[in-house]
Amino acid sequence: MTAPLLEVSGLTMRFGGLVAVDGVGLTAQTGAITALIGPNGAGKTTIFNCLTGFYRPTAGRLLLRHPDQGEIELQRLPGYQVARHGVVRTFQNIRLFPRMTVLENLMVAQHVELMPKSGFSVAGLLGLAGWRAAENAAIDRARFWIERLDLTAVADEEAGNLSYGMQRRVEIARAMSTRPLLLCLDEPAAGLNPRETAALGQLLLGIRQEFGIGILLIEHDMSLIMGISDRIHVVEYGRKIAEGTPAEIRSDERVIKAYLGEPEEEEMPAEVAQDLAQDLSQETRP
Amino acid sequence: MASTIIARLPARLRDAALAALLALVLGIPFIGLQTLSTDQGLAIGTRWPWLLAAAAVIFAGRLLFAILADLLAERRRTARAGRSLVSEALAGRLTRGFGIGAALFALTLPFLPFSDRYVLDIGMTALIYILLGMGLNVTVGLAGLLDLGFVAFYAIGAYTFALLSKFFGFGFWLSLPLSGLVAASFGVLLSLPILRLRGDYLAIVTLGFGEITRIILLNWQSLTGGPNGVSGIPRPSLFGLSFDRRPPEGLGSFHEVTGIAFSGEHRLMFLYFVALGLVLVASWGVWRLRHLPIGRSWEALREDEIACRSLGINPTASKVSAYATGAFLGGLAGCFFAARQGFVSPESFTFIESALILAIVVLGGMGSQIGVVIAALFIVLLPEFARDFADYRMLIFGAAMILIMIWRPQGLLSNREPTLRLAGRSAAGDSAAKEATP
Repeated sequence: MTAPLLEVSGLTMRFGGLVAVDGVGLTAQTGAITALIGPNGAGKTTIFNCLTGFYRPTAGRLLLRHPDQGEIELQRLPGYQVARHGVVRTFQNIRLFPRMTVLENLMVAQHVELMPKSGFSVAGLLGLAGWRAAENAAIDRARFWIERLDLTAVADEEAGNLSYGMQRRVEIARAMSTRPLLLCLDEPAAGLNPRETAALGQLLLGIRQEFGIGILLIEHDMSLIMGISDRIHVVEYGRKIAEGTPAEIRSDERVIKAYLGEPEEEEMPAEVAQDLAQDLSQETRP
Repeated sequence: MASTIIARLPARLRDAALAALLALVLGIPFIGLQTLSTDQGLAIGTRWPWLLAAAAVIFAGRLLFAILADLLAERRRTARAGRSLVSEALAGRLTRGFGIGAALFALTLPFLPFSDRYVLDIGMTALIYILLGMGLNVTVGLAGLLDLGFVAFYAIGAYTFALLSKFFGFGFWLSLPLSGLVAASFGVLLSLPILRLRGDYLAIVTLGFGEITRIILLNWQSLTGGPNGVSGIPRPSLFGLSFDRRPPEGLGSFHEVTGIAFSGEHRLMFLYFVALGLVLVASWGVWRLRHLPIGRSWEALREDEIACRSLGINPTASKVSAYATGAFLGGLAGCFFAARQGFVSPESFTFIESALILAIVVLGGMGSQIGVVIAALFIVLLPEFARDFADYRMLIFGAAMILIMIWRPQGLLSNREPTLRLAGRSAAGDSAAKEATP
């Protein structure tokens, strides 16, 4: 096994007296789908926020092994710089630019690359050939992701007018337009119907296969997680309680306890327990 | 639609009757009774028909207003959110057509038969406000950053030229870019403390900045001349040619060199064209910027700052550049203003100016350039047309603004034209697409 793309160690995030994340360590490999699961309020999104520069962690080390730039400690970068080094996220409650078109959303995503190519607007203002070529290349890349995510028909629509499922896809397309090393998805299947969820799983597998990037995923949909993840980390109350392959996690007692509660203490209604057990064991991978 | 109005009619009738009854009672002493001076001294007379008429008017008026309000509310409910008067494509063509038409009209205005000093003067005022509106439109309309003190940049631009000419003898053309740059640096200065502010707080700080600038200009007697202002600002020259009858030392004069008979109006026409040129160049520049990464990052910042950060965009850079660009245009407008007046004083840069410029941006439809032009014309021309109403001029102006905001809360032109479209672009070859991906 090669050294992981991302290595998180001892990550702690404290808000006043509340310890939201407590010494969590996790790794994400290039070309693998890593899932982060846990009950509501376990601290998954807080880990994401630390990872992607939205929170500065109280303690811990977030090491990114960049193929070109060497080892980078993400926690030391200014927040917006994290994405420039290839760690790009989506949001649990979709955050598109609603009054801009899908294509424009994808063009904004390439801002960091395009800004110098527009000569910090000087070459762009003059309409120099170099800038026009760069812009066309950016449009082509946006077009690639628009077609890949089946958004061609709505490419010129305002993103805010699209359906929920489409907005989720636009967000993934936008993140991919930045050419990330590690794509961090915060509950990408939330609000999707089963068919859309299955399509999302196929899409993520395809992206992993074709572009060899790492994918880090927070999700509650067990069928999706168990179907596509290469490795799963489980957190509860801000601590990591388990790590392993889907098969290992499914049979891990601590995980079952975290999700189902202790059988002795609390009698769970039979159908709920059955549903959960079914969810946990369901496989969607073909 | 009509059915709901009819269904509400009894309630509205009752409401109107109540209002009329109230008027009737209140009106007894005010209208119904009247003191008459007769030979025997004062006597009380009655005017019952008047009272009844007043009650009838109130009944009808109240009913009419209620039904109108119902109709409006009904229309708003049935209208789909964001739907405009015309289709999007047609609207795009119309606005473009209007833009070209307006530019052509503006270019020929000085040569039209009805054009005189008064028309040119109003035209220049309108052009200054268009320029100011375009500047503020970058900050407020595109980047979504409120600025209630935009007049400060206007003032800084004007005083930069005034002081440069007073102390160093700089001419208009040299001072023009300098005024813009000085104003832009103040824009950067202002943007730094307010990076983290939003909403009300942003409004207060920018408002304060505008007032502080004015008060400094008013009190720094030794530099700015305080309330007396700076006078004797030179007029712009045309490639070194002056438009005065007797040009100042070292300058040729337009009428001598070209052989055209001297006319005081030539100077006005020239100034008008300078303003028009500034506006055309500025609108071209802003239009280009909107289609560049920097412009898209402004709009993205307006839409969602957090999403911007998640894509590696530095929000600080976007904010600073938006304030600086807006301030630059404000500075140009100020420089031209100083050249046109030949005199500047702090009086010209009060809060009401900031409010007017902001009104232009909001009225035009946030972010719309043609909207800014239409709104600026409206704001400059309406008070002129209303001059016949003398004291009621500003009242009419205010009422018109309120009505427009009720009619079109999103501004006159709320359609946002995308900066680029995928449809209609020739698809690149597969190889290019493959290359474009990681």
